[in-house]
Amino acid sequence: MKDFNMVIAGFGGQGVLFLGKVIAYAGLMDGKEVSWLPSYGPEMRGGTANCSVCISDEPIGSPLVVTPNVLVAMNKPSLDKFINSVAPGGIVLLDSTLINDKVCRDDVKVFYLPATATAEENNMKGLSNIILLGKLFEQTNFCSKESLEKGIAKSVPAKKQHLVATNLKAVEIGASL
Amino acid sequence: MAVVFDRPKALLDVPTHYCPGCTHGIIHRLVAEVMDELGIEDRTVGVVPVGCSVLAYNYFGCDVIEAPHGRAPAIATGAKRALPDNVVFTYQGDGDLIAIGTAETVHAATRGENITIIFVNNAIYGMTGGQMAPTSLPNQVTQTTPYGRDVNYSGHPIRVCEMLSTLDGVALAQRVTVDTIPHIREAKKAIKKAFQNQIDKKGFSIVEVLSTCPTNWGLTPTEALKWLNDNMIPHYPLGVYKDVNTREEAK
Amino acid sequence: MGERVLMKGNEALAEAAILAGCKHFFGYPITPQTEVAAYMAKRLPKIGGTYLQAESEVAAINMVQGAAACGIRAMTSSSSPGISLKTEGISYMAGADVPAVIINVQRGGPGLGGIQPSQADYWQATKAMGHGDFHVLVFAPSTVQEMVDLVNLAFEKADEYRMPAVILSDGMLGQMMEPVEIKAAEPKTFDKPWATCGHGGKRAHNIVNSLYLQANELERLVKERFERYEKIKATEQRAEEYMMDDADIAIVAYGATSRVVKAAVKEARAMGIKVGCIRPITLWPFPTEAIEKAAKSVNQFLVCEMSMGQMVDDVKLAVNGAVPVEFYGRTGGMIPEPAEILAQIVELNKKGGAK
Repeated sequence: MKDFNMVIAGFGGQGVLFLGKVIAYAGLMDGKEVSWLPSYGPEMRGGTANCSVCISDEPIGSPLVVTPNVLVAMNKPSLDKFINSVAPGGIVLLDSTLINDKVCRDDVKVFYLPATATAEENNMKGLSNIILLGKLFEQTNFCSKESLEKGIAKSVPAKKQHLVATNLKAVEIGASL
Repeated sequence: MAVVFDRPKALLDVPTHYCPGCTHGIIHRLVAEVMDELGIEDRTVGVVPVGCSVLAYNYFGCDVIEAPHGRAPAIATGAKRALPDNVVFTYQGDGDLIAIGTAETVHAATRGENITIIFVNNAIYGMTGGQMAPTSLPNQVTQTTPYGRDVNYSGHPIRVCEMLSTLDGVALAQRVTVDTIPHIREAKKAIKKAFQNQIDKKGFSIVEVLSTCPTNWGLTPTEALKWLNDNMIPHYPLGVYKDVNTREEAK
Repeated sequence: MGERVLMKGNEALAEAAILAGCKHFFGYPITPQTEVAAYMAKRLPKIGGTYLQAESEVAAINMVQGAAACGIRAMTSSSSPGISLKTEGISYMAGADVPAVIINVQRGGPGLGGIQPSQADYWQATKAMGHGDFHVLVFAPSTVQEMVDLVNLAFEKADEYRMPAVILSDGMLGQMMEPVEIKAAEPKTFDKPWATCGHGGKRAHNIVNSLYLQANELERLVKERFERYEKIKATEQRAEEYMMDDADIAIVAYGATSRVVKAAVKEARAMGIKVGCIRPITLWPFPTEAIEKAAKSVNQFLVCEMSMGQMVDDVKLAVNGAVPVEFYGRTGGMIPEPAEILAQIVELNKKGGAK
């Protein structure tokens, strides 16, 4: 894949927007053009959140991703909402701890990853998003390893920099799933 | 020969447009005298309303902003926040202050905005020709209450000082009038206190001045003063409704 | 070049305003612009400025007017329904020649409308930002970087011409993050001898006022203001031309829509269609010169907006019947996809030009 058009979706509080920011920052560290666009408004308060992330060599046209080639789905409503919009040949990563369904499409590559369970097993509660990121990175190499690490460091708030190492560990665990 | 009476420096030497017998002239003079006595004209920004005193920017010697109808407290808030060391006052009528500008008035008060408000209450819309004001009295005949203000139909008049005195941000809420020499003296003292409070950073101060409108009340100037005395003062009692200074003294 | 960081459009804009010397912000919460206020609330008190949450949009714009009348750079931001409330104050500021910057992060309308990105306030911004005979400067960013750059320019031009300036953004540009470089440069400032900041005993009193009871006096002042507008029209038009050199079809689009249009233009070029994009950066003054120039060489125009067609009026006036002007728009918060625009281009290309 040359251009990445991603949709990352889940419950509010799962770190959906944060994951999108890490990906966008990693792309930026690689010298690419990037954009990040969140859903916003009252439905956010109701629990579902999603964001569009684009990484490209060219300036980003619309930052709203309508036909993603990568979908990260962290709960069932998100999978249901976006699965049919994924471009043929696209990649879908889903958290199989929270989603029991199997994807019916055979023109996309699906990874069923027990991200939430894995996070809990490794005492990394709240990092299921980064575990999924690890697998996404391992599968697509959407950026260099170095840029991924920088992207995490840039996205973690200054006061929480001590969590960067744990995040990097979560990436490793995710990649190995 | 000794000069015993002169025009205050902060009141420019231009004829005003006010009707004969209107008390705006007295109140302008009191504000100007206070500016002179406190020596603040050169750093004062006045904010004038829409209503009879819209042209007050031509009369006061300080810098003046003419505000949209009812927005003087918001304009004053912006000016005071931008220039905290300057003195900022508004001069507003009843329609401006407590009809179209109610939100601006109440919120400037509750923020304790460190400004001074001179509120001229004459119970009628003067500039537009005598319509009902938010402070028109029950049964008062105006152009838009031709059979008298029926409170069951048009609502009740608002007692501004009483209402604002419930707000924590208010430093001074006092009602005065200018119908007699003693009342004028009292009014000046209140206005001076309202400016001094601002200089001392005590917060929001409002002086409500009961005023006449002979033209739209359909009375002669002296009849108007009597009407004010007989009708307005009973409904709007004079006095101090809140004063942080006396509370401090009491402690 | 400084470091490029990822920032939300709304936040980048707020930081740029602070760097432009705006230390006083008055606002009221509304989606999708609230990040501007939140950012200002965090930053301004720490640098000796004012962030004040007003009781209403009406109060907020008048607080801006109060601060700006005193010669201080001040700003407010809102989204479409809130801007309607601010138009009273904007008219007064125009009538009193008070400069300030107003941000409109547009959402769908009319009424409460929606909260998704829209460009349906073009008419309001460029033609009727309140009652009376007047204009405001209107800048239309299309990237987060441009949100930053145009805010600084808006403050500068507002002061230079003593008039309100509007940044016409939208929910997409406000909410999205993009790489941005924010340079701290000394803002260009202007003397304001007209400001009501206390005469200090050194001059006659200043009056900031929009009331003129003598009709001939008011006419004279309005005419003077319109002479200033003519000068602005002659010198301040800004537009970007994208792949226009050999274009047969010109697409005119601003803001968020222009991003989608450019993506479609690129795809159409790959198909061999000679199409380009003219992107107005100033909406008032409208870049008529760029449109007039293109009208001499292209066969047709297509105007794309996130509205039912508002800017298309100004394009038609500039083209003045020389070639056909078509319109394509989405509204209510719908963002067009490049494929939709591409389909329009392909269709126009089939029709060919009348020239």
